[in-house]
Amino acid sequence: MAALGESFGRGAMTNHWIDFKNADVFLIMGSNPASNHPVSFKWIQEAVDKRGAKIICVDPRFTQSAAKAHLYAPLRSGTDIAFLGGMIKYILDNRLYFAEYVKNYTNASFLVNPAFKLPGQNGGVFSGLKDGKYEKDTWSYQKGPDEVIKKDPTLSDPNCVFQLLKKHYSRYNLDVVSKITGTPKEKLVEVYKLYASTGKPNKAGVELYAMGWTQHTVGVQNIRTMCIIQLLLGNMGIAGGGVAAMRGEGNVQGSTDYALLFHIWPGYLSTPTGSLKDLATYNEKQTPKTKEKDSLNWWKNKPKYMASFLRSMYGTNMTLDEAYNALPKVDDGANYSWLVLFDQMYKEKFTGLFAWGMNPACSGAHSNKVRQALGKLEWMVNVNLYDNETGSFWRGPGMDPAKIKTEVFMLPCAASIEKEGSISNSGRMMQWRYKAVNPVGEAKPDGDIMSELFFKIRDLYLKHGGPNAAAITSLTWPYGKHVGKEFHYEPRKVAAEINGFFLEDKTIENPTKKGEFKTFKKGDLVPTFAWLQDDGSTSSGCWVYCGSVDKEKGILSMRRGQADPTGLGLYPEWCWTWPVNRRIIYNGASVDTNGKPWDPSRAVITWDAKEQKWKGDVPDGAGNPGKGRPPFIMKPDGVASLFGPGLADGPFPEHYEPLECPVEKNLMSPQKNNPAIKRFDKKGVGSDLDAYSGVGTCDPRFPFICSTYRVSEHWQTGVLTRWCPWLAEMQPGMFVEMSEELAKMRGIKTGDKCTVSSARGEVVCTAIVTPRFKPFNIDGNEIHEIGIPWHFGWITTKDRSYNPGDKKAEVFTTGDAANLLTPTIGDANTMIPESKAFMANVVKGVK
Amino acid sequence: MNVSRRGFLKISGAIAAVSGLGISLKSISAHAKELKIKYAKETTTVCPYCSVGCSIIVSVRDGKVINTEGNPDSPINRGALCSKGGSIYQMVNNKNRLGKPLYRAPFAREWKEVEWEWALNKIAENVKKSRDKSFKKINAKGEVVNRCEGIASVGSAAMDNEECFTYQKFLRGLGLVYIEHQARI
Repeated sequence: MAALGESFGRGAMTNHWIDFKNADVFLIMGSNPASNHPVSFKWIQEAVDKRGAKIICVDPRFTQSAAKAHLYAPLRSGTDIAFLGGMIKYILDNRLYFAEYVKNYTNASFLVNPAFKLPGQNGGVFSGLKDGKYEKDTWSYQKGPDEVIKKDPTLSDPNCVFQLLKKHYSRYNLDVVSKITGTPKEKLVEVYKLYASTGKPNKAGVELYAMGWTQHTVGVQNIRTMCIIQLLLGNMGIAGGGVAAMRGEGNVQGSTDYALLFHIWPGYLSTPTGSLKDLATYNEKQTPKTKEKDSLNWWKNKPKYMASFLRSMYGTNMTLDEAYNALPKVDDGANYSWLVLFDQMYKEKFTGLFAWGMNPACSGAHSNKVRQALGKLEWMVNVNLYDNETGSFWRGPGMDPAKIKTEVFMLPCAASIEKEGSISNSGRMMQWRYKAVNPVGEAKPDGDIMSELFFKIRDLYLKHGGPNAAAITSLTWPYGKHVGKEFHYEPRKVAAEINGFFLEDKTIENPTKKGEFKTFKKGDLVPTFAWLQDDGSTSSGCWVYCGSVDKEKGILSMRRGQADPTGLGLYPEWCWTWPVNRRIIYNGASVDTNGKPWDPSRAVITWDAKEQKWKGDVPDGAGNPGKGRPPFIMKPDGVASLFGPGLADGPFPEHYEPLECPVEKNLMSPQKNNPAIKRFDKKGVGSDLDAYSGVGTCDPRFPFICSTYRVSEHWQTGVLTRWCPWLAEMQPGMFVEMSEELAKMRGIKTGDKCTVSSARGEVVCTAIVTPRFKPFNIDGNEIHEIGIPWHFGWITTKDRSYNPGDKKAEVFTTGDAANLLTPTIGDANTMIPESKAFMANVVKGVK
Repeated sequence: MNVSRRGFLKISGAIAAVSGLGISLKSISAHAKELKIKYAKETTTVCPYCSVGCSIIVSVRDGKVINTEGNPDSPINRGALCSKGGSIYQMVNNKNRLGKPLYRAPFAREWKEVEWEWALNKIAENVKKSRDKSFKKINAKGEVVNRCEGIASVGSAAMDNEECFTYQKFLRGLGLVYIEHQARI
């Protein structure tokens, strides 16, 4: 999501599922929707059937999506930037880009600091690299005396973004790309040609990615490469276009919006750091500014969203300054992300852990380290529907309970249909779910559990005090009522809190109509985030959801309207989509600078000259036609970024090899790996358990590339699905897929028990020998890749020890977690682990 | 044979289409009486698995889920479901669901069933102890940071939006900074 934010302004899927029906060309790369988002394929198929759309699938394995594609190209895991860099070169060389779009809606014309150096001139790295980190002073724009960025609208200045882009990707020629990726040259050209055909105003191309792109040390840059392509082809903001970041969980969009992450607060407000000593400093330093006269720079409103969030935490129990001060700050530059968290846990930094609705003992990279780390805690709370490998880690394989001190609480929670509330799908659509039945046994909704726990903790602080106790005791919690000792959590009240209220009577000028004033009463719902205030007079738990609860219509995610006035499948009255019920974000870029849709047959928004307003989708950054407003309003400069200086590892994507890889050299440059990644094998960083293989030179112990993936029948670690007999029957256990060639070499047949190992662990798998994998020809060498699913775990297996009263799956599964093999290494920006490309071995038999 | 409502409609439609040929509908009406969602109350939900957001009809009779099936009204899935979404009936009605809080004491070899009240009180005490011991008001640079360094949290994209907001409120109120979840993996 960092790549989408850097490129376009918001870290979210740009269009939505139904919109697939409007596409002309699909590029399925970094994902396998036919298996993992199966119902989305309904709309892909609709485009194929009704529009004659074409599907391209690029994947190391001939997946179920590949089986439905018109064009399949194999590539070696971890070489997507090389593949797509070649496409950028192809588009530029053959002038297939959408020139008017590129000139007006991207930063192509911006002039970059002449001291900036590209990797091609600088030993494979961008200028400014120092001790594994980039100093970015050369990644800047030339500015005039008025601080306005200098531009060359002819795109010919050698320092303009467009020319730099051209120069950078001139190195990505077919020969070198084919040698790196293992994709035959003619396949590369076929893919490039077909996808580049969408660079016309009346063609739409969409890219579909998921964890196949994020789980790499260059994950963010994989996605950035595609963002650049989509901008060059003018595919952003239009129906049937966009970048489809297909989320892996039902509400991972929502849980990200609500910032269950260290680096953000709800609504993508950057987490305050120690140096931002008060709210005024935070607002001053964290609010983007611009001198571009036509740019709306929507983030200029950040102080309003911050103030409203602080009010949603403490109401008027504290002043805004007190609330800011009471809440935790992270150290400047410090990283508290997943891999670091478990590293710190392994080093006994924590005494307690909440593993709430998660199973890190199987989902965390290097699960052996995670499982060891859990044993270093004094206590852990695990909330789940079923017994799982995390809650029961102390009795897992290789563990001696008598030596494990961790006190564990496993709390049973309600299933999704045993409570009510909303979730947000990948397309940012918030849909309400209703309660059908009571929870089983004594299980409780998560909201009840956390509320009861909160009240107990608050009571302890009210009674005994403690450090910064007011931060706890002053929190507002009007989210339900006590019935005896139980608390009945009411999600509808929280939904209203998230939308936000006026906290006092207030008369404000209409933000979209000068001279018109509106008076609100204390307690009124805030109509949309445009009305939020920075003076503490409004609250909103997450500003992007402001507008989701309406004074008259109630909770809009409950709406079930069937109307589709545009015929594009926007269904504006079915539930509610953030922001402001806008279904296709950046749709201001679907029209030309005079407000005319690029493609009238697929107009997302149209200007009604009589009524002087936009019709269709809720307009995004469109302004009034011809007024010069650039449409990417979440970017300070108003245009999308071909050049993205905000990232940690370069303003343009550059090919680097995965940390563990099967080649000696990066054929693109002398720099083998992403230079900005955090290596856990360095002294003083990781732990004794953090081992890698094949980093400097190839390691004959682990000669094969290994990638992890999912199957339709299981979900994530299988924590729910392994307990369902139908699903366990359909996918009964851990397997390893390999090519016929590799199987022959290793003497393995389908059905054989095999041991797959890496520098960190091993896992027993059943062999599936298949032509879906083929050896790659990498610069003349035969390189093999194997694949394993990551849904399995020991708790639902037959052969573990069972205590009386233990839950026992009706249909057992076999095998343990794929993550026992994956490395502790993350992307340079997000720290998402590189689970899609690491080195492994496979041998017949079980040790 | 279990026949879902929509499956039944299809069968009956097919029979009706050929009934002009003289096929009696009596057996069908007899079958209809046994429809398993008879007298059931319907609610809608959204699939908890992947992020497509397919809508599902949940049929409940006597407080028990008796059927789940794709919701044809949803413009997203129009009644279709995948193998996982089609099986949420089993995710909910499953004898292996946890129904009581479980407790594992330090060095113990087994779980013990405990009461909610006891478990939550003990967790609250643990939280206070861990927080108070690890609380950092001022960092090494002398900046006010007001954070609890001794407790971490992971989870969860499986919660509803309202719960996610409430959970982060709970955690940030306690001063946690090690807050992570599925989006990072």
